[in-house]
Amino acid sequence: MSPEAAMDIASLTCPLPVTDSPRVLLGHGSGGRMSANLLQQMFLPRFGNPYLNRLDDQAVLEVGGQRIAFTTDSFVVRPLFFPGGDIGRLAVNGTVNDLAMGGARPLFLSAGFILEEGLPLDDLAAILDSMQAACQEAGVLLVTGDTKVVNKGSGDQCFINTAGIGLLEHPWLLSADQAQPGDVVILSGTIGDHGMAVMSRREGLDFETEIRSDTAPLAGLVASMLEASHEIRCLRDPTRGGLASALNELARASRVGIEIDEERVPIHPAVHAACELLGIDPLYVANEGKLVGIVGAADADVIIDRMRRHPLGSEGSVIGRVTERHPKMVVMRTRIGGSRVVDLHSGELLPRIC
Amino acid sequence: MKYVDEFRSGPLVQGVLGAIRRTLTRPWTIMEICGGQTHSIVKNGLDEMLPQEICLVHGPGCPVCVTPLESIDRAIAIAGRPDVTFVSFGDMLRVPGSTSDLFRVKSAGGDIRVVYSPLDAVRLAQARPDREVVFFGIGFETTAPANAMAVLQASRLRLKNFSMLVSHVLVPPAIEALLSSPDNRVQAFLAAGHVCTVMGWTEYEPLAAQYRVPIVVTGFEPLDIVEGICLAVRQLEAGRAEVENQYSRSVRREGNRPAQAVIREVFEVCNRKWRGIGEISRSGFRLREPYATFDAERRFPILGVMTEEPSVCISGLVLQGRKKPGDCPAFGTLCTPERPLGAPMVSSEGACAAYYQYRRYRQVAHA
Amino acid sequence: MCLGVPGRIVETYEVAGLRMGRVDFGGVVKEACLEYVPEARVGEYTVIHVGFAIGRLDEAEALRNLKFLEEAGLLASEVGDPGEADVP
Repeated sequence: MSPEAAMDIASLTCPLPVTDSPRVLLGHGSGGRMSANLLQQMFLPRFGNPYLNRLDDQAVLEVGGQRIAFTTDSFVVRPLFFPGGDIGRLAVNGTVNDLAMGGARPLFLSAGFILEEGLPLDDLAAILDSMQAACQEAGVLLVTGDTKVVNKGSGDQCFINTAGIGLLEHPWLLSADQAQPGDVVILSGTIGDHGMAVMSRREGLDFETEIRSDTAPLAGLVASMLEASHEIRCLRDPTRGGLASALNELARASRVGIEIDEERVPIHPAVHAACELLGIDPLYVANEGKLVGIVGAADADVIIDRMRRHPLGSEGSVIGRVTERHPKMVVMRTRIGGSRVVDLHSGELLPRIC
Repeated sequence: MKYVDEFRSGPLVQGVLGAIRRTLTRPWTIMEICGGQTHSIVKNGLDEMLPQEICLVHGPGCPVCVTPLESIDRAIAIAGRPDVTFVSFGDMLRVPGSTSDLFRVKSAGGDIRVVYSPLDAVRLAQARPDREVVFFGIGFETTAPANAMAVLQASRLRLKNFSMLVSHVLVPPAIEALLSSPDNRVQAFLAAGHVCTVMGWTEYEPLAAQYRVPIVVTGFEPLDIVEGICLAVRQLEAGRAEVENQYSRSVRREGNRPAQAVIREVFEVCNRKWRGIGEISRSGFRLREPYATFDAERRFPILGVMTEEPSVCISGLVLQGRKKPGDCPAFGTLCTPERPLGAPMVSSEGACAAYYQYRRYRQVAHA
Repeated sequence: MCLGVPGRIVETYEVAGLRMGRVDFGGVVKEACLEYVPEARVGEYTVIHVGFAIGRLDEAEALRNLKFLEEAGLLASEVGDPGEADVP
């Protein structure tokens, strides 16, 4: 071993990451830190207004004395069909859920399609059938839409954008900045199902499993919870970026600390195994049929009880609490009794070997 | 016995922590070598559960930090070629080169794929004879058997369109480099349990003897890590310096013979430049001459790759235990997870990011 | 470099001259190469790293280790005295 190397060990350095990319990177779309930065740097400066700045999943607008919730979401999942669902079902439920998180009753959807030349019409038919079924299940009407076709190679077979309108039929404000120390964090069920179901069909990473996407419309569950209590501060459906991202958003918006207990966060053994195998943290994996909420402690039992009576909330539980300690940070008490900070992940969630 | 939950038992971990506390009479600096062990420590919050007297230093055991800059730059150059499908493990996509990274190459149109196993790259080459499939063969000795088998398979299948960009690094020379540095403060090591599952631990015996450091072959679950630390502490307190095996359910002294045989068939030891250090002799693997046709470096000679070493961060001093990440002048100021200056800050798996989060938490929690 | 996950072999077969198997990780089954564990049989556990079994897991050894730690922990808490308990 060369003496030069021995002396130079002190100059071992870290690789410098390239942060200022002139182009859009995949990480910008993954719901983590890069996505947040993109929003802050590109979108908010241009469009900032009181509605947008709340950065909730939906905008609550006052129109003619009525409170209307309005939201939009785009769906780009690959593969298009996965265990438990498909892009169509996702597109309906995703927007329905964004409305539901504001406590709105979803009423109407629009759907815009960007189709790649060459997409089999049978696939399109299956997607549309699925959307129709999902609309019926969610009790919404698809009232307007658009279709464009792009050259082969320009689009990933099928992109869908849905926008939705719902009515707020109660006077309360469910928003990310409403959490207070002393409140309690609730979760409607197991995490990581959707993301790992999709991963299980990804080329190169595929595995055999019974994991199915949890995509489901949550408006009914939310309505039931709102009947039970007026102490619901905010709700989020933890989609891309997972539970960790949703909690971080709430902590930041409300300027509070959040603590959760690893033992209380439910996860299917198969999802757990898949995450272990690929070296992925389930806290960051997308969910499409779950909600996380912050509620007043006094009403927590009543709300959980109501949740559990609903098929989509049968595993609902308290997973943590809101605190004035470590504001804007999410901390998890680990199974072995330690603590770890649960931060926003920086970019694309990748399997690792290290 | 499922081998996972049993080794994550809170009560057993507490029991071993108690044993460590009772054995300690003075501070000790211990390094865990493997990035997977660092990850487990951070993920489980083990770091702050250990007694204050234990200074745990996160070692250079992660491809993100140690893969030579030249290799990253070469990978980026090759991946940018229109005729190439560049295949890699997920870890490497985030690693910055001198001026770019694989994600940026992808965003500019490069055909870059993530796989779980090197055999997937071989299958890809079989399925797409029209593409040049290049696999980024990185890692320590743990991954060498898999990468070697991929080359062997490509050879058996007489694939003309498969090659590997080899950038293996070896652990024992790295340990020796650390130990022979005059400023080294590390007093004991937790050796990488999966590296040793493949290679055994005979290479560590001369190091323990020559440098008088305990080396404990350790697993990755929380119970493994605290037990490894406990065994190291006991040796330190008793003045012993031996190689000990905590990860006995997986590691044997001779390691995995069939795996070593295939490594020897496909690879040979060579000198290797380490990121930021320079060359450490006999610290890498390269393809042996019979497999030269699968060497991506030969197939795609890359000229004019300008490799620039960055100058700001001081992780070398951190690795010696001489400085903590908090002592780095850029730490928390110029260098944060939002605007990282170094790879360990880029993801929450990185050592500096872990320290950053804990320090923030401690400052805020105990304010 | 180090992510190795325990998995139970549920089936073995040959593909393109290589000994392969289906490995169960607890609700997730994935194919892995078993060339490096030629003596491992269906029902046994191996450590899987990047789609390759790199070693067999020794159940007796695992149990011995756990039992030992359990006893050491219990002994220590009974005694409660620093330096009293001998933890090998």
